Amino acid sequence: MPKTPVVAEGLRREFASVTVLAGVDLIVEGGECVALLGANGAGKTTLLRVLATLLRPSAGRLLLFGEDAARRPAAALARLGYVGHESACYGDLTATENLDFHAELHGVADRADRVAELIAWTGLGAAARRPVRTFSRGMMQRLALARALVHRPELLLLDEPFSGLDPQATALLEALLVELRTSGHAIVLSTHDVPRAAALATRVVMLHRGRIDWDGSGGQSAGVAIAARFDAMVAAVRRA
Amino acid sequence: MRAALAILRKDLRIEWRTRESVSGLVALGVLLLVVFTIAHDPTPEQAPLLAPSVLWATFVFTGILGVQRSFLLEREQDCLSGLLLAPIDPASIFAGKLAANLVLLGAMQLIVVPLVAVLLRVDFSGVLPELTLVLTLGNLGFAAGATLFAAMAVRTRAREVLLPLLLLPLVLPVLIAGVKATQAVLAGGLATAGDALAVLVAFDVIFTVAGWLLFTYVVRD
Repeated sequence: MPKTPVVAEGLRREFASVTVLAGVDLIVEGGECVALLGANGAGKTTLLRVLATLLRPSAGRLLLFGEDAARRPAAALARLGYVGHESACYGDLTATENLDFHAELHGVADRADRVAELIAWTGLGAAARRPVRTFSRGMMQRLALARALVHRPELLLLDEPFSGLDPQATALLEALLVELRTSGHAIVLSTHDVPRAAALATRVVMLHRGRIDWDGSGGQSAGVAIAARFDAMVAAVRRA
Repeated sequence: MRAALAILRKDLRIEWRTRESVSGLVALGVLLLVVFTIAHDPTPEQAPLLAPSVLWATFVFTGILGVQRSFLLEREQDCLSGLLLAPIDPASIFAGKLAANLVLLGAMQLIVVPLVAVLLRVDFSGVLPELTLVLTLGNLGFAAGATLFAAMAVRTRAREVLLPLLLLPLVLPVLIAGVKATQAVLAGGLATAGDALAVLVAFDVIFTVAGWLLFTYVVRD
Protein backbone atom coordinates (compact mmCIF):
# COMPACT_ATOMS: atom_id res chain seq x y z
CA MET A 1 0.00 0.00 0.00
CA PRO A 2 1.66 3.29 -1.04
CA LYS A 3 2.17 5.80 1.77
CA THR A 4 0.46 9.19 1.63
CA PRO A 5 3.01 11.67 0.22
CA VAL A 6 2.16 14.53 2.61
CA VAL A 7 0.53 14.46 6.02
CA ALA A 8 0.94 17.78 7.85
CA GLU A 9 -0.60 18.34 11.25
CA GLY A 10 -0.63 21.72 13.00
CA LEU A 11 2.41 23.09 11.17
CA ARG A 12 3.57 26.36 12.66
CA ARG A 13 6.55 28.47 11.71
CA GLU A 14 7.71 31.67 13.31
CA PHE A 15 10.48 34.00 12.18
CA ALA A 16 11.56 35.95 15.27
CA SER A 17 8.22 37.25 16.57
CA VAL A 18 6.36 36.96 13.25
CA THR A 19 4.06 33.96 12.83
CA VAL A 20 4.06 32.92 9.17
CA LEU A 21 2.38 29.53 9.52
CA ALA A 22 -0.22 29.40 12.27
CA GLY A 23 -1.22 25.75 12.31
CA VAL A 24 -1.61 24.18 8.87
CA ASP A 25 -3.22 20.75 8.49
CA LEU A 26 -2.83 19.32 5.00
CA ILE A 27 -2.98 15.86 3.50
CA VAL A 28 -1.93 15.34 -0.11
CA GLU A 29 -2.56 11.97 -1.72
CA GLY A 30 -0.91 10.53 -4.80
CA GLY A 31 -2.70 11.68 -7.97
CA GLU A 32 -3.67 15.01 -6.41
CA CYS A 33 -2.57 18.38 -7.72
CA VAL A 34 -3.04 20.95 -4.97
CA ALA A 35 -2.82 24.63 -5.86
CA LEU A 36 -1.92 26.96 -3.01
CA LEU A 37 -3.46 30.38 -3.43
CA GLY A 38 -3.06 33.37 -1.19
CA ALA A 39 -2.13 37.02 -1.07
CA ASN A 40 1.52 38.04 -0.68
CA GLY A 41 2.72 37.04 2.78
CA ALA A 42 0.01 34.42 3.27
CA GLY A 43 2.66 31.75 3.95
CA LYS A 44 2.71 29.83 0.64
CA THR A 45 6.50 29.85 0.18
CA THR A 46 7.13 29.05 3.85
CA LEU A 47 4.69 26.14 3.70
CA LEU A 48 6.37 24.75 0.58
CA ARG A 49 9.85 25.10 2.14
CA VAL A 50 8.64 23.32 5.28
CA LEU A 51 7.13 20.53 3.15
CA ALA A 52 10.45 20.28 1.30
CA THR A 53 12.28 19.91 4.68
CA LEU A 54 14.28 23.07 3.93
CA LEU A 55 12.70 24.83 6.91
CA ARG A 56 12.05 23.23 10.26
CA PRO A 57 8.53 23.85 11.56
CA SER A 58 8.41 25.62 14.95
CA ALA A 59 5.65 23.19 15.95
CA GLY A 60 3.51 20.49 14.38
CA ARG A 61 4.25 17.24 12.64
CA LEU A 62 5.08 16.45 9.04
CA LEU A 63 5.11 12.99 7.53
CA LEU A 64 6.48 12.49 4.02
CA PHE A 65 5.57 9.11 2.56
CA GLY A 66 4.86 7.98 6.14
CA GLU A 67 8.24 9.03 7.52
CA ASP A 68 8.87 11.79 10.04
CA ALA A 69 10.32 14.69 8.03
CA ALA A 70 12.12 16.10 11.08
CA ARG A 71 14.73 13.37 10.62
CA ARG A 72 15.13 14.23 6.90
CA PRO A 73 14.70 10.58 5.86
CA ALA A 74 16.76 9.90 2.76
CA ALA A 75 14.10 7.59 1.35
CA ALA A 76 11.50 10.38 1.48
CA LEU A 77 13.90 13.01 0.09
CA ALA A 78 14.62 10.69 -2.84
CA ARG A 79 10.92 10.84 -3.74
CA LEU A 80 10.58 14.63 -3.47
CA GLY A 81 11.32 17.35 -6.04
CA TYR A 82 11.23 21.06 -5.23
CA VAL A 83 11.45 24.24 -7.29
CA GLY A 84 11.75 27.46 -5.33
CA HIS A 85 12.15 31.07 -6.35
CA GLU A 86 15.77 30.42 -7.33
CA SER A 87 17.06 27.72 -9.62
CA ALA A 88 19.57 26.02 -7.25
CA CYS A 89 21.82 25.70 -10.31
CA TYR A 90 25.45 26.86 -10.48
CA GLY A 91 26.01 29.83 -12.79
CA ASP A 92 29.46 28.72 -13.90
CA LEU A 93 28.37 25.21 -14.88
CA THR A 94 26.47 24.37 -18.04
CA ALA A 95 22.88 23.10 -18.02
CA THR A 96 24.13 19.57 -18.71
CA GLU A 97 26.72 19.74 -15.92
CA ASN A 98 24.16 21.07 -13.44
CA LEU A 99 21.68 18.30 -14.20
CA ASP A 100 24.40 15.66 -14.17
CA PHE A 101 25.62 16.89 -10.77
CA HIS A 102 22.14 16.70 -9.23
CA ALA A 103 21.52 13.31 -10.86
CA GLU A 104 24.74 12.05 -9.29
CA LEU A 105 23.74 13.37 -5.84
CA HIS A 106 20.41 11.56 -6.19
CA GLY A 107 22.09 8.37 -7.33
CA VAL A 108 20.28 8.28 -10.69
CA ALA A 109 21.44 5.10 -12.44
CA ASP A 110 20.95 6.21 -16.08
CA ARG A 111 22.41 9.70 -15.57
CA ALA A 112 23.49 10.49 -19.11
CA ASP A 113 20.21 9.31 -20.66
CA ARG A 114 18.10 11.10 -18.05
CA VAL A 115 20.01 14.37 -18.49
CA ALA A 116 19.71 14.16 -22.28
CA GLU A 117 15.98 13.42 -21.95
CA LEU A 118 15.41 16.46 -19.71
CA ILE A 119 17.52 18.77 -21.88
CA ALA A 120 15.37 17.74 -24.85
CA TRP A 121 12.15 18.16 -22.82
CA THR A 122 13.07 21.68 -21.70
CA GLY A 123 14.10 22.71 -25.21
CA LEU A 124 17.49 23.84 -23.89
CA GLY A 125 19.45 21.69 -26.36
CA ALA A 126 21.05 24.62 -28.19
CA ALA A 127 22.15 26.22 -24.92
CA ALA A 128 23.00 23.03 -23.03
CA ARG A 129 26.75 23.67 -23.11
CA ARG A 130 26.60 27.33 -22.13
CA PRO A 131 27.21 28.46 -18.54
CA VAL A 132 23.75 28.95 -17.08
CA ARG A 133 24.81 32.41 -15.86
CA THR A 134 24.05 33.50 -19.44
CA PHE A 135 20.48 32.10 -19.35
CA SER A 136 17.35 34.24 -19.38
CA ARG A 137 14.83 34.03 -16.50
CA GLY A 138 12.62 31.66 -18.48
CA MET A 139 15.51 29.37 -19.46
CA MET A 140 16.63 29.29 -15.83
CA GLN A 141 13.13 28.33 -14.70
CA ARG A 142 13.00 25.49 -17.24
CA LEU A 143 16.37 24.25 -15.99
CA ALA A 144 15.16 24.46 -12.38
CA LEU A 145 12.18 22.29 -13.30
CA ALA A 146 14.46 19.79 -15.01
CA ARG A 147 16.68 19.73 -11.91
CA ALA A 148 13.68 18.99 -9.69
CA LEU A 149 12.59 16.16 -12.02
CA VAL A 150 16.01 14.60 -12.59
CA HIS A 151 15.44 11.78 -10.07
CA ARG A 152 11.82 11.14 -11.14
CA PRO A 153 10.21 12.30 -7.86
CA GLU A 154 6.72 11.16 -6.84
CA LEU A 155 5.99 14.39 -4.94
CA LEU A 156 6.58 17.73 -6.66
CA LEU A 157 6.59 20.98 -4.68
CA LEU A 158 6.58 23.99 -6.99
CA ASP A 159 6.74 27.60 -5.84
CA GLU A 160 5.25 29.76 -8.61
CA PRO A 161 6.54 27.44 -11.35
CA PHE A 162 4.99 29.43 -14.22
CA SER A 163 6.85 32.60 -13.27
CA GLY A 164 9.09 33.75 -16.14
CA LEU A 165 8.00 31.04 -18.57
CA ASP A 166 7.04 31.91 -22.13
CA PRO A 167 3.72 30.54 -23.51
CA GLN A 168 5.44 27.56 -25.12
CA ALA A 169 7.19 26.55 -21.89
CA THR A 170 4.01 27.20 -19.90
CA ALA A 171 2.09 24.80 -22.12
CA LEU A 172 4.88 22.26 -21.77
CA LEU A 173 4.79 22.49 -17.99
CA GLU A 174 1.00 22.28 -17.86
CA ALA A 175 1.07 19.16 -20.00
CA LEU A 176 3.76 17.63 -17.79
CA LEU A 177 1.83 18.38 -14.60
CA VAL A 178 -1.32 16.79 -16.03
CA GLU A 179 0.70 13.75 -17.12
CA LEU A 180 2.36 13.42 -13.70
CA ARG A 181 -0.92 13.86 -11.86
CA THR A 182 -2.74 11.27 -13.94
CA SER A 183 0.12 8.81 -13.43
CA GLY A 184 -0.33 9.04 -9.65
CA HIS A 185 2.23 11.70 -8.66
CA ALA A 186 1.36 14.24 -5.98
CA ILE A 187 1.87 17.91 -6.82
CA VAL A 188 1.66 20.97 -4.59
CA LEU A 189 2.15 24.28 -6.37
CA SER A 190 1.75 27.89 -5.40
CA THR A 191 0.56 30.46 -7.89
CA HIS A 192 -1.12 33.85 -8.19
CA ASP A 193 -2.79 32.77 -11.43
CA VAL A 194 -6.28 31.80 -10.24
CA PRO A 195 -7.76 30.61 -13.58
CA ARG A 196 -4.71 28.41 -14.24
CA ALA A 197 -4.81 27.03 -10.68
CA ALA A 198 -8.50 26.22 -11.02
CA ALA A 199 -8.01 24.53 -14.39
CA LEU A 200 -4.94 22.53 -13.48
CA ALA A 201 -5.49 21.54 -9.86
CA THR A 202 -7.72 18.81 -8.50
CA ARG A 203 -7.86 20.77 -5.27
CA VAL A 204 -7.40 24.42 -4.35
CA VAL A 205 -6.20 25.49 -0.92
CA MET A 206 -6.34 29.17 0.04
CA LEU A 207 -3.94 30.39 2.70
CA HIS A 208 -4.71 33.47 4.74
CA ARG A 209 -2.36 34.71 7.48
CA GLY A 210 -0.71 31.34 7.80
CA ARG A 211 -3.90 29.30 8.08
CA ILE A 212 -5.95 27.36 5.56
CA ASP A 213 -8.90 29.62 4.86
CA TRP A 214 -10.56 27.45 2.22
CA ASP A 215 -9.99 23.97 0.86
CA GLY A 216 -12.09 22.83 -2.09
CA SER A 217 -12.14 21.02 -5.40
CA GLY A 218 -10.42 22.43 -8.45
CA GLY A 219 -11.36 21.97 -12.09
CA GLN A 220 -12.71 24.24 -14.82
CA SER A 221 -16.24 24.17 -13.44
CA ALA A 222 -15.13 25.47 -10.05
CA GLY A 223 -13.10 28.32 -11.58
CA VAL A 224 -15.64 31.09 -11.13
CA ALA A 225 -16.36 30.20 -7.50
CA ILE A 226 -12.62 29.94 -6.71
CA ALA A 227 -11.93 33.31 -8.34
CA ALA A 228 -14.74 34.95 -6.35
CA ARG A 229 -13.51 33.43 -3.11
CA PHE A 230 -9.91 34.49 -3.85
CA ASP A 231 -10.95 38.06 -4.72
CA ALA A 232 -12.92 38.29 -1.46
CA MET A 233 -9.91 37.06 0.51
CA VAL A 234 -7.50 39.52 -1.14
CA ALA A 235 -9.99 42.34 -0.56
CA ALA A 236 -10.16 41.37 3.12
CA VAL A 237 -6.35 41.48 3.34
CA ARG A 238 -6.30 44.97 1.77
CA ARG A 239 -8.97 46.24 4.17
CA ALA A 240 -7.09 44.90 7.22
CA MET B 1 31.56 9.36 -0.10
CA ARG B 2 29.97 9.45 -3.58
CA ALA B 3 28.24 12.74 -2.77
CA ALA B 4 31.39 14.25 -1.21
CA LEU B 5 33.38 13.40 -4.34
CA ALA B 6 30.67 14.86 -6.57
CA ILE B 7 30.75 18.11 -4.57
CA LEU B 8 34.56 18.21 -4.68
CA ARG B 9 34.57 17.66 -8.45
CA LYS B 10 31.90 20.33 -8.92
CA ASP B 11 33.81 22.92 -6.85
CA LEU B 12 37.09 22.20 -8.63
CA ARG B 13 35.41 22.35 -12.03
CA ILE B 14 33.95 25.78 -11.21
CA GLU B 15 37.32 26.97 -9.88
CA TRP B 16 39.16 25.64 -12.93
CA ARG B 17 36.69 27.47 -15.17
CA THR B 18 36.65 30.81 -13.33
CA ARG B 19 39.96 30.78 -11.42
CA GLU B 20 38.34 33.39 -9.19
CA SER B 21 39.38 31.95 -5.83
CA VAL B 22 42.94 30.94 -6.65
CA SER B 23 43.74 34.22 -8.40
CA GLY B 24 42.26 36.22 -5.51
CA LEU B 25 44.06 34.17 -2.89
CA VAL B 26 47.41 34.33 -4.65
CA ALA B 27 47.11 38.09 -5.20
CA LEU B 28 46.24 38.66 -1.53
CA GLY B 29 48.98 36.25 -0.44
CA VAL B 30 51.64 38.04 -2.48
CA LEU B 31 50.46 41.43 -1.19
CA LEU B 32 50.60 40.26 2.43
CA LEU B 33 54.07 38.79 1.92
CA VAL B 34 55.38 41.98 0.35
CA VAL B 35 53.88 44.10 3.16
CA PHE B 36 55.31 41.86 5.90
CA THR B 37 58.72 41.74 4.23
CA ILE B 38 58.94 45.50 3.68
CA ALA B 39 57.60 46.27 7.16
CA HIS B 40 60.16 44.04 8.92
CA ASP B 41 63.06 44.27 6.45
CA PRO B 42 64.79 41.38 8.26
CA THR B 43 68.50 40.70 8.26
CA PRO B 44 69.63 37.27 6.95
CA GLU B 45 69.84 36.09 10.57
CA GLN B 46 66.32 37.30 11.43
CA ALA B 47 64.65 35.92 8.29
CA PRO B 48 64.32 32.25 9.40
CA LEU B 49 62.72 33.44 12.65
CA LEU B 50 60.28 35.70 10.84
CA ALA B 51 59.37 33.35 7.95
CA PRO B 52 57.08 30.98 9.92
CA SER B 53 54.84 33.76 11.27
CA VAL B 54 54.71 35.47 7.86
CA LEU B 55 53.79 32.15 6.24
CA TRP B 56 51.02 31.27 8.68
CA ALA B 57 49.53 34.76 8.92
CA THR B 58 49.34 34.79 5.13
CA PHE B 59 47.74 31.33 5.03
CA VAL B 60 45.10 32.20 7.60
CA PHE B 61 44.01 35.50 6.04
CA THR B 62 43.95 34.18 2.49
CA GLY B 63 42.34 30.94 3.70
CA ILE B 64 39.43 32.80 5.26
CA LEU B 65 38.82 34.55 1.95
CA GLY B 66 38.91 31.27 0.02
CA VAL B 67 36.59 29.35 2.32
CA GLN B 68 34.13 32.23 2.42
CA ARG B 69 34.05 32.33 -1.37
CA SER B 70 33.38 28.59 -1.58
CA PHE B 71 30.18 29.05 0.44
CA LEU B 72 29.10 32.18 -1.41
CA LEU B 73 28.97 29.88 -4.42
CA GLU B 74 26.33 27.81 -2.62
CA ARG B 75 24.37 30.90 -1.61
CA GLU B 76 23.98 32.18 -5.16
CA GLN B 77 20.72 30.88 -6.66
CA ASP B 78 20.07 29.06 -3.34
CA CYS B 79 22.32 26.19 -4.46
CA LEU B 80 22.70 25.03 -0.86
CA SER B 81 19.01 24.09 -0.90
CA GLY B 82 19.73 21.95 -3.95
CA LEU B 83 22.35 20.07 -1.93
CA LEU B 84 20.08 19.75 1.10
CA LEU B 85 17.26 18.33 -1.03
CA ALA B 86 19.44 15.41 -2.10
CA PRO B 87 19.04 12.17 -0.16
CA ILE B 88 22.56 12.41 1.27
CA ASP B 89 24.01 12.87 4.73
CA PRO B 90 24.75 16.61 5.20
CA ALA B 91 28.11 15.48 6.62
CA SER B 92 29.08 14.49 3.08
CA ILE B 93 28.47 18.11 2.00
CA PHE B 94 30.93 19.09 4.76
CA ALA B 95 33.42 16.50 3.53
CA GLY B 96 33.14 17.66 -0.10
CA LYS B 97 33.51 21.35 0.76
CA LEU B 98 36.40 20.59 3.15
CA ALA B 99 38.23 18.63 0.46
CA ALA B 100 37.75 21.44 -2.06
CA ASN B 101 38.99 24.02 0.45
CA LEU B 102 42.07 21.88 1.18
CA VAL B 103 42.91 21.67 -2.52
CA LEU B 104 42.52 25.44 -2.80
CA LEU B 105 44.75 26.10 0.22
CA GLY B 106 47.36 23.68 -1.12
CA ALA B 107 47.34 25.38 -4.54
CA MET B 108 47.80 28.78 -2.92
CA GLN B 109 50.67 27.48 -0.77
CA LEU B 110 52.43 26.04 -3.81
CA ILE B 111 52.86 29.63 -4.97
CA VAL B 112 53.23 31.42 -1.63
CA VAL B 113 55.89 29.16 -0.02
CA PRO B 114 58.48 29.63 -2.84
CA LEU B 115 57.76 33.36 -2.75
CA VAL B 116 58.54 33.45 0.98
CA ALA B 117 61.78 31.65 0.23
CA VAL B 118 62.69 34.30 -2.35
CA LEU B 119 61.52 37.41 -0.49
CA LEU B 120 62.89 36.42 2.93
CA ARG B 121 65.87 34.51 1.52
CA VAL B 122 65.02 31.36 3.48
CA ASP B 123 66.14 27.97 2.20
CA PHE B 124 63.29 25.42 2.44
CA SER B 125 64.90 22.93 0.04
CA GLY B 126 66.41 20.72 2.75
CA VAL B 127 63.26 20.51 4.88
CA LEU B 128 60.52 20.10 2.28
CA PRO B 129 59.06 16.78 3.58
CA GLU B 130 58.89 18.11 7.17
CA LEU B 131 57.44 21.43 6.03
CA THR B 132 54.85 19.62 3.89
CA LEU B 133 53.78 17.57 6.93
CA VAL B 134 53.37 20.67 9.10
CA LEU B 135 51.46 22.52 6.38
CA THR B 136 49.18 19.53 5.77
CA LEU B 137 48.33 19.19 9.46
CA GLY B 138 47.76 22.94 9.81
CA ASN B 139 45.66 23.10 6.64
CA LEU B 140 43.35 20.31 7.79
CA GLY B 141 42.62 21.89 11.19
CA PHE B 142 42.18 25.35 9.73
CA ALA B 143 40.06 24.23 6.76
CA ALA B 144 37.80 22.01 8.89
CA GLY B 145 37.08 24.85 11.35
CA ALA B 146 36.71 27.40 8.56
CA THR B 147 34.36 25.16 6.54
CA LEU B 148 32.05 24.69 9.53
CA PHE B 149 31.97 28.35 10.48
CA ALA B 150 31.71 29.59 6.89
CA ALA B 151 28.56 27.48 6.47
CA MET B 152 27.17 29.21 9.55
CA ALA B 153 28.27 32.73 8.60
CA VAL B 154 27.11 32.59 4.99
CA ARG B 155 23.47 32.54 6.12
CA THR B 156 23.86 35.83 7.95
CA ARG B 157 23.83 39.38 6.64
CA ALA B 158 27.15 40.32 8.24
CA ARG B 159 28.89 37.26 6.79
CA GLU B 160 32.09 39.07 5.69
CA VAL B 161 32.72 40.29 9.24
CA LEU B 162 31.25 37.34 11.13
CA LEU B 163 33.49 34.60 9.73
CA PRO B 164 36.83 36.16 10.79
CA LEU B 165 35.32 37.19 14.15
CA LEU B 166 34.12 33.63 14.86
CA LEU B 167 37.03 31.79 13.32
CA LEU B 168 40.20 33.67 14.28
CA PRO B 169 39.95 33.10 18.05
CA LEU B 170 39.20 29.42 17.47
CA VAL B 171 42.05 28.75 15.03
CA LEU B 172 44.57 30.69 17.12
CA PRO B 173 45.97 27.45 18.64
CA VAL B 174 46.39 26.04 15.10
CA LEU B 175 48.15 29.25 14.03
CA ILE B 176 50.50 29.24 17.06
CA ALA B 177 51.24 25.52 16.75
CA GLY B 178 51.82 25.92 13.00
CA VAL B 179 54.31 28.75 13.58
CA LYS B 180 56.16 26.82 16.32
CA ALA B 181 56.33 23.62 14.25
CA THR B 182 57.59 25.55 11.21
CA GLN B 183 60.23 27.29 13.36
CA ALA B 184 61.36 23.89 14.61
CA VAL B 185 61.54 22.56 11.04
CA LEU B 186 63.68 25.51 9.93
CA ALA B 187 65.88 25.17 13.02
CA GLY B 188 66.82 21.63 12.15
CA GLY B 189 63.99 19.15 12.30
CA LEU B 190 60.76 17.96 13.81
CA ALA B 191 62.41 16.45 16.90
CA THR B 192 61.73 19.57 18.97
CA ALA B 193 58.25 20.14 17.50
CA GLY B 194 56.48 17.31 19.31
CA ASP B 195 54.15 19.51 21.35
CA ALA B 196 53.26 21.74 18.41
CA LEU B 197 52.54 18.73 16.20
CA ALA B 198 50.39 17.20 18.93
CA VAL B 199 48.34 20.43 19.12
CA LEU B 200 47.93 20.41 15.31
CA VAL B 201 46.78 16.78 15.31
CA ALA B 202 44.40 17.42 18.22
CA PHE B 203 42.77 20.37 16.47
CA ASP B 204 42.57 18.42 13.20
CA VAL B 205 40.58 15.75 15.04
CA ILE B 206 38.43 18.21 17.02
CA PHE B 207 37.47 20.42 14.06
CA THR B 208 36.96 17.55 11.63
CA VAL B 209 34.76 15.56 14.01
CA ALA B 210 32.87 18.70 15.10
CA GLY B 211 32.28 19.65 11.46
CA TRP B 212 31.15 16.15 10.56
CA LEU B 213 28.69 15.99 13.47
CA LEU B 214 27.44 19.59 13.57
CA PHE B 215 27.24 20.51 9.90
CA THR B 216 23.71 19.18 9.57
CA TYR B 217 22.51 21.57 12.32
CA VAL B 218 24.47 24.50 10.92
CA VAL B 219 23.19 24.36 7.35
CA ARG B 220 19.52 23.75 8.06
CA ASP B 221 17.37 26.75 8.84
